[in-house]
Amino acid sequence: MEQVFKKPEALCDVNLHYCPGCTHGIVHRLVAEVLDELEIEGKAIGVAPVGCSVFAYDYWKCDMQQAAHGRAPAVATGIKRVLPDKVVFTYQGDGDLASIGTAETVHAAMRGENITIIFINNAIYGMTGGQMAPTTLPGQVTQTSPYGRDPKTQGYPIRMSEMLSKTDGAAYIERVSVDCVKNVVAAKKAIKKAFQTQLDGKGFSMVEVLSTCPTNWGKSPVEALEWLRENMIPYYPLGVYTDKTGE
Amino acid sequence: MAEKVLVKGNEALAEAAILSGCRHYFGYPITPQTEIAAYMAKRMPKIGGVFLQAESEVAAANMVFGAAGAGARALTSSSSPGISLKAEALSYIAGCDLPCVVVNIVRAGPGLGGIQPAQSDYFQATKGHGHGDYQMIVLAPSSVQEVIHLTADAFDLADLYRMPVMIIGDGMLGQMMEPVEFDLGKRREIPPKTWATTGTEMKREHNIINSLIMNPDDLEACVRERYKRYDYIKEHEAMAEEYLMDDADFMITAYGTTARIAKNAIAELRKQGIKAGLVRPITLWPFPEKIYQKYTDKVSAILSVEMSMGQMVDDVKLAVGGKVPVHFYGRTGGNVPYPDEIIQSVLKITGGDK
Repeated sequence: MEQVFKKPEALCDVNLHYCPGCTHGIVHRLVAEVLDELEIEGKAIGVAPVGCSVFAYDYWKCDMQQAAHGRAPAVATGIKRVLPDKVVFTYQGDGDLASIGTAETVHAAMRGENITIIFINNAIYGMTGGQMAPTTLPGQVTQTSPYGRDPKTQGYPIRMSEMLSKTDGAAYIERVSVDCVKNVVAAKKAIKKAFQTQLDGKGFSMVEVLSTCPTNWGKSPVEALEWLRENMIPYYPLGVYTDKTGE
Repeated sequence: MAEKVLVKGNEALAEAAILSGCRHYFGYPITPQTEIAAYMAKRMPKIGGVFLQAESEVAAANMVFGAAGAGARALTSSSSPGISLKAEALSYIAGCDLPCVVVNIVRAGPGLGGIQPAQSDYFQATKGHGHGDYQMIVLAPSSVQEVIHLTADAFDLADLYRMPVMIIGDGMLGQMMEPVEFDLGKRREIPPKTWATTGTEMKREHNIINSLIMNPDDLEACVRERYKRYDYIKEHEAMAEEYLMDDADFMITAYGTTARIAKNAIAELRKQGIKAGLVRPITLWPFPEKIYQKYTDKVSAILSVEMSMGQMVDDVKLAVGGKVPVHFYGRTGGNVPYPDEIIQSVLKITGGDK
């Protein structure tokens, strides 16, 4: 019988530790498919963050480094400056990239560092049990915003794609979602383009992926996908924010 | 024989790093180490190397983490407040068994402190910086020539033992010019870095550089394994200079630039009939305990002279285990002890003060 669906080659044959319904697994797979299709697994070095995806070093078959919280873009910079012909990427959550690592993220973009960032935005700190993230929506209830995030005292959510699109060094920035098949297909296309941007030596690329956290949102996997569609996409519009790859 | 040139300590360090094969420098401006960055900024682009001024000390140290993981000889330099910020990465570098060299041209603290010479980061260098059970080799040169030799040693030791190595100095050493030879001497053989993340090229299993070990037994075993290496280093790599100790009945101990001032005091003390000698630790970690122990029944007392409120003195006491009284004299805040102050301090102990 012909096999029509299988694990991507670049994905290790192990069980992922993610909660049921979490979309990290989808994005891991998309990254692996892109590593396969561009035939870059052997020249890729990934950087895992601190957060739910900390164990990503066990999931992709390429070489991996695990970075301190928020420092993945700096670590990736160090690797890329040593190995400019290799493909270097980070995989980071919102707390890692948009809070404790904001400086590292912004300056990697400012330098036009020729690396690729996969940014998972699920509007919450997952690994530590559901605290307010820099991307938590106004009114959203979390462990540390138990009465709903009040922008007057807890600030506003940060829109990283919009912010980084204003930097001269960013070559390609797109926000995607993995809430439905159509968007998953678009997300893969964006991830592939981000890696291609690096291969072409065009500079900094980032794909922000709107994702779910059913466990800490207190929703079923299906409800979580609906919540993402109804609440996150209006606040974080999908689309290409910068594309200088044609220049 | 290499040609003698007149050069500043900081610049000597930078050039010695380049001669040792370092092609990746990541840093952030801070006084009084800035000459290192300035030298690297000028030289690295000319020799195919990388000089990168990072957005912060934190980022610079994490770039070193990445570069070291990718197999390069990477260097960062800073001064006291900057080292506090690099502490995070140093813990990860140690926890991932990565080699790198970090320079601390110490200034007075705490807080923003001052920019004048100090040795008040001894605790931080030998027992502190980041979190967790780990050590760093700490080398303390006292002349510009020694800066060159110890910089070359630092890269070798880092690669050999797969751990961070710190070179500790102060603004006096960093900014003083002395005639030196850029001769690195005999270098050690370094095993190939098969663990580095250089891309699998689909020819091997993936390399993972990681310090996260969730199982307590596994983490304990990993830390214990690392401490076996530390024990070996303590046994084989401790270094100190013994100066006029053959006939000494009084020991002054000091490291770095303070040791040079102590030598002036010793010359004067000897004129006055006090047979003082000097033990100058060159490795602050591992602390050269055995060298102190050689003299416990030969000297009447030990005086530790430091540009701090008394930090190394604790290690001296631990080394001699109460067999000899250990005294302390220090200046801090960026003040440098004068030979006269040291002499008076010795005379007070030996009973000859006026």
